[in-house]
Amino acid sequence: MITVRVQAEAFDLGEETRVLSEGRTDIGAVASFVGLVRGGEVEAMTLEHYPAMTGKALEAIAAEAAERWSILGGTLIHRHGRLLPGDPIVLVAITAAHRGDAFAACAFIMDYLKTGAPFWKKEETGGESRWVEAKNEDAAARDRWN
Amino acid sequence: MKLNLLYFAWVRERIGLDGETRDLAARTVGEALVALSALGDGYASAFAEPYRLRFALDQDFVDADAALREGAELAIFPPVTGG
Repeated sequence: MITVRVQAEAFDLGEETRVLSEGRTDIGAVASFVGLVRGGEVEAMTLEHYPAMTGKALEAIAAEAAERWSILGGTLIHRHGRLLPGDPIVLVAITAAHRGDAFAACAFIMDYLKTGAPFWKKEETGGESRWVEAKNEDAAARDRWN
Repeated sequence: MKLNLLYFAWVRERIGLDGETRDLAARTVGEALVALSALGDGYASAFAEPYRLRFALDQDFVDADAALREGAELAIFPPVTGG
């Protein structure tokens, strides 16, 4: 029901939501989230992942969202490789008859993905690179759904 | 126990390998870490702080007390930071 893609290439939110709702009259809501590389001191970011596990982990999170809320479809895209400030990293778009289900499923997927999908970010700042540390807030954001 | 080992992020960098196949005297993930730590400074450095490590066995997250099986894929990595 939710299409999962893991890719190096960029994506376009407008195109993804157009595809989800094209030719349909049962959809009353599309909720979406796009995560971007935040700049400032960070000059670039490289996302490493565990190819054999990533798709499986994202599919499981998407299936859990579809189980919990009444949704009609969706797209989940996560990029890997080297990205620059302003580049899109992750996209979640969910369609539903009503906004409540679409908003909740979208937020749930992002909160679960932060702690449950095997990606690791390495930031480049001033010619040096360092691995991003996991945040306690991310575990708290996930646990609010239990 | 023969295992297909995979390392990611700074675990991979400290060990200097992204993966390897090894026969280890270990029944659990935790015991595999102890056996690997004895192999050299890179391993010892990567596994010095077990609370900073996470594990997946055959592509599912597991705890350090998870039982290993012959030929399993054991991935060792830091807490994930995607999204």
